Amino acid sequence: MTAAIAPGTRVRVKDDWPEERGPCHIRTPHYVRGRTGTVERVLGAFPNPEDLAFGRPAPRCTLYHVRFDQQPLWNEGNPRDTVLIEIYEHWLEPVSEGRH
Amino acid sequence: MAAPPRPESVALLEKLVAALSAKGILTEEEIAARQAITDRASPETGARMVAKAWTDPEYRALLLSNGTAAAEAMGVTMAGAPPLGVLEDTPTRHHLVVCTLCSCYPRAVLGYPPHWYKSAAYRARAVRDPRGVLAEWGTHLPDNVEIRVVDSTADYRWMVLPMRPAGTEGWSEERLASIVTRDCLVGVALPKVA
Amino acid sequence: MPDDTPATHAPATHDLGGSSHFRCTPIDPDDSPPDAFGRRVDAVRQLLAQKKMMTVDELRRGIESIPEEEYHALGYYERWLRSIAKLMIEKGVITAEELR
Repeated sequence: MTAAIAPGTRVRVKDDWPEERGPCHIRTPHYVRGRTGTVERVLGAFPNPEDLAFGRPAPRCTLYHVRFDQQPLWNEGNPRDTVLIEIYEHWLEPVSEGRH
Repeated sequence: MAAPPRPESVALLEKLVAALSAKGILTEEEIAARQAITDRASPETGARMVAKAWTDPEYRALLLSNGTAAAEAMGVTMAGAPPLGVLEDTPTRHHLVVCTLCSCYPRAVLGYPPHWYKSAAYRARAVRDPRGVLAEWGTHLPDNVEIRVVDSTADYRWMVLPMRPAGTEGWSEERLASIVTRDCLVGVALPKVA
Repeated sequence: MPDDTPATHAPATHDLGGSSHFRCTPIDPDDSPPDAFGRRVDAVRQLLAQKKMMTVDELRRGIESIPEEEYHALGYYERWLRSIAKLMIEKGVITAEELR
């Protein structure tokens, strides 16, 4: 089965803050919410930890390795440096080339 | 140094174990056996995997494409363990592993994470100031080398495959493994030829 | 939406990546393995997970619900223990009485 988002695709992490709405368990770090990165690799499908954490039925979700440039995240650092983060598909929106 | 647990915590642990034992959920024997197995895991395993990858191109390919299978090939039981991913350092890219959200760590091949890896300071600074963090270990990389920080946020656990240093030509796997420290496998240090 | 929109959201306590509180905190190079207390807590957690009585996701969720001051005051394995105890009570495996 092919993953929905191909390596090389530019993706934006949803600028969503569920922790402000009530108890939850999120594995998308705050520092990339609303940020744009590039899918490096598809890592596989795993049960959603956001559901597992509350003992709810947990559907399998596709997990991606997404790469971000360091400098735009912090306005500091070496322009070559990057951060690579595992992010679940429901947090990602493909960005079409023309848009930003 | 990590502070010892407060007396209330020690007491809570014993009450918890007593309550679970009374219900037949845990026994002291099971706890001791599980602890012994966990105590045995060590970074020597990761070091041996790196040394083998440095000398055996087929194993290197396996290590990079399927870290879990590569660990199993070294005799590590990976059933029930999280998948292992291995990050290949190159002359233009150096990896540094962190878990900013908690302390995810490839325990099956590295053993217990050290206290510093779990500290708020490391978790906060590694993603934002990797060069400053490396400098605390005396590790300096040129500006033209990309430092790629890998934040272990989900199901994988990550280990670095460092570059083999010059001056190690003809070394045995055992000798090569001896210079691959735990710090090299996390990415805060580089293997050094003494 | 530009990538450099300043963040107006406070991260959750445990979501420490880039935290300005610790920006200048030196890393204590404490190399030691866990103490006896920690190793015992670790073994208990592993056994409970093996016996399907809790998941690592639930453990993390429990840790993340610890109030900020306590989160930083407690040691690493003290947080684990706090979470495990809370989960066992929540799941009705034991009662709070039994831990008093």
